[in-house]
Amino acid sequence: MRVAAQVQISAPAEAVWRIISDPERQLSFMSGVTRWEVAGEHEAGLGARYRMLFRVGSAEVGGLIEIVEFHEPRDLAWTSVTGLDQRGRWRLRGGRSGTTRVELRLAYGVAGAGLIGWVAERIAGPVVSGHLRRSVQQLKRLAEYEQLRERAAVKRSARAG
Amino acid sequence: MAHTEVAAGNARNGHVDLTEDQGSNGKPSPSLLTRVLRGVADQAQRRIPRADLDERDPDFIRERLPLMWLLASLWYRGEVRGLGNIPDSGPVLLVGNHSGGNMTPDTIVFTLAFNTYFGVERAFYQLAHNLVLSMPGLGSLRKFGTVAASPANASKALETGAALLVYPGGDYEVHRPSWQRNRVDFDRRKGFIRLALDQEVPIVPVVSIGGQETALFLTRGERLAHLLALDRLFRLKVLPVSLALPWGINVGDMLGHVPLPAKITIETLPAIDLRAEFGPEPDLDEVYDHLIRLMQDTLDALAAERRLPIIG
Repeated sequence: MRVAAQVQISAPAEAVWRIISDPERQLSFMSGVTRWEVAGEHEAGLGARYRMLFRVGSAEVGGLIEIVEFHEPRDLAWTSVTGLDQRGRWRLRGGRSGTTRVELRLAYGVAGAGLIGWVAERIAGPVVSGHLRRSVQQLKRLAEYEQLRERAAVKRSARAG
Repeated sequence: MAHTEVAAGNARNGHVDLTEDQGSNGKPSPSLLTRVLRGVADQAQRRIPRADLDERDPDFIRERLPLMWLLASLWYRGEVRGLGNIPDSGPVLLVGNHSGGNMTPDTIVFTLAFNTYFGVERAFYQLAHNLVLSMPGLGSLRKFGTVAASPANASKALETGAALLVYPGGDYEVHRPSWQRNRVDFDRRKGFIRLALDQEVPIVPVVSIGGQETALFLTRGERLAHLLALDRLFRLKVLPVSLALPWGINVGDMLGHVPLPAKITIETLPAIDLRAEFGPEPDLDEVYDHLIRLMQDTLDALAAERRLPIIG
């Protein structure tokens, strides 16, 4: 099943990219995520691996994922190595006057689980979708707050200078 | 020699050699009823498959996770806390209190949680009563990693570096009356402590609540089990009586029952290294009392969170 969430953020794509590509910051904005740890030699970038889990119903699902696309600051995609089958993508596109349109996509399922798997995916859908919506909203708050702080810091230094 | 090997193999798999006490050392011949019961027991023992650890099938488990997730999330509203307390790798002995009669909802919820948290790639075995594995339709449990409860099987599983879930209270605890639902009762069974010491593995207590609310459990029926010689023939110390769907009065729970949708909450406690905590030669009674106290305190805290039976 595929779910997605979009948001318009008043911050340049580079600023948003710094947040979404930093493994240490995933827990601060990804809703439902209970674990996000570096699992390989590379901390970030193409080929980086993470062990991630997010809570859906009675279980924390996820597993080992690998970054398979890393086009700064536009596309970051991952796919599962073990655990729940999943493909995810952050899609960032710059808009007018320093804004960024952000889309988070996730396709998930359990191959071979048949009809029961299909039913479970549909029932889990609203929960997963809710996590994605909250994640992009939290990312928006975080990115815009950092922009405000950066602008304030620039103003302060300009006044001091 | 072949017979010796077969007998040894059976013992390894939790089988009991019933030939030892049959009519030997001048005892009077057994009655017709005893012979019939022994025949039935013998047949049941033969049905128990060899507990081969290789029968665990990660692909099978993975494909069944959605069904378990539906059951655990929608029917039991399962909640498992503290899985991070389980060491990320290496052998570990998970020791749980057991509830819910033969349907054991706590096992379903915990097995799902363990397999999704650590992945089906991590070897995870559960010990179950011999009769459970021999019941028709439950053969697939072996693919989940369920093996017949015996010290040899437990040691073998831990030697391979797997996580092993045991319920020391077994049939005694799982059929306790519903009014004792918030009591941890291992019937002073300490074999799991010896196992952890022999294998030098940490113990992780797993405390669950809610399972004993899935039916109205009335009595263990220990006297009845003794009168029918079930303890000697099937290693069954109980013949429980409960009020359960769809049977009404349910004696033995051999065919299972439809469990009420009670909320199951499970808390996993920090790992305990027995020798680090109790010295190089720990006293079994001291360890046992400590573990029971720890698990009972946790169960009391979980019970205090519950506002209503079944609803949770």
